[in-house]
Amino acid sequence: MTAAAGTRDEGRGGGRATTALLLAPASAFFLLLLLLPLAVVIVYSFGERAPAGGYLPAFSFDNYLNLAARGQAFLNTLTLAPLGTLLCALVAYPLAYFLAVRASPRIRTLLLVLVIVPFWASQLLRIYAWLLILGSKGIPALLSLVGIEDLLLVNTRFAVLVGMVYGYLPLMIFPIYVSLEKLDKRLLEASSDLGARPWRTFLQVTLPMSLEGVATGSLLVFILLMGEFIIPALLGGGKVFFIGNALVDLFLQSRNWPYGAAVSIALIAIMLASIVTYMRFVLGKRGQRPNAFM
Amino acid sequence: MRWYALAIYVFLYLPIVLIVFFSFNSGRYAMDWQGFSFQWYGRAFANRFAMQALATSLEVGLWTAALSTVIGTLTAIGLERTRGWPRRLFDGLIYVAIMVPGVVIGIATLIAFVTLFGALNPLLAHLFGPDGPQLAMGRATVVGAHVLFNLAVVTLIVRARLAGLDRSLIEASEDLYATPLGTFRQVVLPLLTPAILAGFLLSFTFSFEDFIIAFFVAGPNNTLPIYIFSSIRRGITPEINAIGTVVLIVSLTLLITAQFLLRSRDRAVAGKG
Repeated sequence: MTAAAGTRDEGRGGGRATTALLLAPASAFFLLLLLLPLAVVIVYSFGERAPAGGYLPAFSFDNYLNLAARGQAFLNTLTLAPLGTLLCALVAYPLAYFLAVRASPRIRTLLLVLVIVPFWASQLLRIYAWLLILGSKGIPALLSLVGIEDLLLVNTRFAVLVGMVYGYLPLMIFPIYVSLEKLDKRLLEASSDLGARPWRTFLQVTLPMSLEGVATGSLLVFILLMGEFIIPALLGGGKVFFIGNALVDLFLQSRNWPYGAAVSIALIAIMLASIVTYMRFVLGKRGQRPNAFM
Repeated sequence: MRWYALAIYVFLYLPIVLIVFFSFNSGRYAMDWQGFSFQWYGRAFANRFAMQALATSLEVGLWTAALSTVIGTLTAIGLERTRGWPRRLFDGLIYVAIMVPGVVIGIATLIAFVTLFGALNPLLAHLFGPDGPQLAMGRATVVGAHVLFNLAVVTLIVRARLAGLDRSLIEASEDLYATPLGTFRQVVLPLLTPAILAGFLLSFTFSFEDFIIAFFVAGPNNTLPIYIFSSIRRGITPEINAIGTVVLIVSLTLLITAQFLLRSRDRAVAGKG
């Protein structure tokens, strides 16, 4: 019997069969729970809504032509997701710089672990915490002590942006940290030896060389923000909603599945377009792949 | 610079500290401190709906973790023996499974299951009569949708470990006339164990914390995150903080353990890594 992980029996007939058996369960999952469902979504997106909700077979482009009916969700997502990504990068960069260049190596690992730990906590709970902080008993209550009354923070774009920055900051810090850490510190010394001021060294040496990390982090954060549901649902309170919220509404409340399917296809298309753009223009010819999670 | 770093760490931790702190509030409102009390923990554990949701989440999490770990490990080993287009195809599928947003996975699996069940149920009714078994959304569908994402994650983790394995150990074992299965069981598997365990813990935590996918495919069942989400919608009480604190402790403990297992690979026998 040939079995797993032998590299030498590759190519033998029995080895092939074993490999196929090893890959069979994953193939079944990918086929039944990824490819087939995505295909069903595509088919549905050309259908019509059944009178009682659900799907009626048809072939029309009406759902796609009607996307503007949820234009506000697209507009919110396509303005707030890039803005949130930008804010995330601006907040993350100085910390990543501190960790990579300034922090003493003895505590660097600890500081890095401390960045990632909150990210592991359930997103639902972390955003719930901001509902407490920004809610009427939180910051507004503190501000009323100094005379600023009736400040409304939840259910605003501001709250959603805070949630977005908070939710994805670690994901931005890490790639920037990695790119700054790789940076040859002798370049910085050379620059200052040649008489460049610290700011000039930063702008002409450090920043350009760490842009790749900024780009990787931005892509990750942007993609996740595009599909966001919890942050606008809790902190936007129905006033600031994203495509994800529109989808939940379309599938679980108004049960207009074909239209919802078209909206999700549009969402995937926008995400793919941003990934392809990123690969083309940012990674360029280096042929590197963003390694998303590992 | 230091102060900025400190401010960011406060920003990162303050919300989590607040959740835990106000779970001990004796008052009725989450942010209105009235004094120290354990009462909300008592109430949470006496709350039948919360406990039912917790049981569902634990069951779904364990099934997800077990299936993802087994399938992901098999896939990693299988891919190690594969070259050419099948390997590229799997790489692509793994990235798609990870990158497609949860909300889309939720929708896609929802309508696929509903369509499939809609086609199969009349057949089942025909075969077993109107009182016979019928397929419906529930725990199994949540497990299915969770395994899809997590088997991809486990595959990546185990594969990274496999790639770092010292080939000479396998060759030594083969030179000593071990059968391929023997080599696998006595050499490869022990070396993979930390990665497999880490994959198990990561999958469990993902499933335990996931809200959006379960929201679509859980049917009438509440998982704990769904229960928490609908409680928040009804009004904020320290009971949510108490349940949240328990969830935080469970998931952070598991994830820190997983991370520790993954780090230990650097110190283990693994060679080229």
